[in-house]
Amino acid sequence: MNTNGNIYTIVYSTIIVCVVAAILAFAASSLKPLQQANEKAETISQILSAAKLDVPSGNDAIINSYKEQIAEAYTVSLDGEKNGELSTADASVCTTSGLKAQNYKIAEGQGAALPVYVFKNGVRVVPIYGAGLWGPVWGYVAVNPDGTICGATFDHASETPGLGGKIKDEPSFRAQLEGKIFDFSDVKPIQIVKGGAPEGKANAIDAISGATMTSQGLEDAINVWIKAYKPVFDAAPACGECTESESSEN
Amino acid sequence: MANLKETILNPILKGNPITVLVLGICSSLAVTVELKGACVMALSVIAVTGLSSLVVSLLRNTIPNRVRIIIQLVVVAMMVILVDQVLKAFAYSIDKQLSVYIGLIITNCIVMGRIEAFALGNKPIPSLLDGLANGVGYGIILIIVAFFRELFGSGTLFGFPVLKAIGYTNNGLMILPPMALIILGCIVWAQRSIQKDLQEK
Repeated sequence: MNTNGNIYTIVYSTIIVCVVAAILAFAASSLKPLQQANEKAETISQILSAAKLDVPSGNDAIINSYKEQIAEAYTVSLDGEKNGELSTADASVCTTSGLKAQNYKIAEGQGAALPVYVFKNGVRVVPIYGAGLWGPVWGYVAVNPDGTICGATFDHASETPGLGGKIKDEPSFRAQLEGKIFDFSDVKPIQIVKGGAPEGKANAIDAISGATMTSQGLEDAINVWIKAYKPVFDAAPACGECTESESSEN
Repeated sequence: MANLKETILNPILKGNPITVLVLGICSSLAVTVELKGACVMALSVIAVTGLSSLVVSLLRNTIPNRVRIIIQLVVVAMMVILVDQVLKAFAYSIDKQLSVYIGLIITNCIVMGRIEAFALGNKPIPSLLDGLANGVGYGIILIIVAFFRELFGSGTLFGFPVLKAIGYTNNGLMILPPMALIILGCIVWAQRSIQKDLQEK
């Protein structure tokens, strides 16, 4: 058989590509539930660790721990009005791909449904999402009932390990945020300052040396999202009460 | 049988893809910060080189010569995506840690190099073994480099603190890619001092 003819080449290529596509489609769809469960557990573990709660190991343990400690989870519009519930019984959360979609909505200025996670100890956790140097950066910021920051976790898709990657890997970087406040009178409610934050400034932290672009990207991501959440933080300073009323309903 | 033994041992020792053929350097610099990541990367590459060599070898008499490179690429890409999907489902945190480098196995010269040089002209079983052995040769170097980088860079092995007890201060340079190149250079040096026939005149 002539394997160098035009017709043979075209037919052969077509068949190979179709077979490969079918195999990949089958693999992708059959592994999808497992992958989504992993992604969800990863998101929840980041929310828990931002709120300074224990993160057990294993997907089921993480989800159970979340279910035990969550008081309510809902989404808000850009005006700060509730426009959706996230079921706490199913531990449903907005994963990173969901945050990406919401990031466009914030930029458009309408139609957003931004998730807020309220824990039983009154800590509220909100996500942030934005562009780093090489790819997206995202994370979760936990706010105490008195408005100070309880903790934060950050993650990234493809920042340089050892430089921009430190937003995720360096605990001392995100620990700087603890006890800081969002100063909405400032142009940037949170500042990540290259060369070191001025002493005693309540809303500024040190940037990462050698990772200026990632630090700036993270700063923008935090500020864009925190500004979008401003109505939420303005409206409900006494969140201890709202969780109490919520728990009495249960 | 002697031939088969040569097929298996040559890529691991005398024809090692990293230290002798100097292929796949990029990923060996990138994923050797920790032993765990290096081991998973090694297994992934072994799976990809072995299986894609096998598949191409099975198809070798039917592949039209003019489009053979692209057919090989389709097979390799399929294997890499399958590995990535499986890791995402069963070893999510490691997949995140290896991030783009799993996808970049496609561009690892070892895979295409072995298919083009060996699998296209040999029967399926030797091709499978050749692919696996090349993956192993790559993996061994990866693990040796990762061993030194994790030990001296973070003072740990597989995440367990080893050097902390004797008051060792972590060497940050070991974490950065240049140090991987230097360790790799030392391995090449050591190998060529032992196997003198590798030395160029």
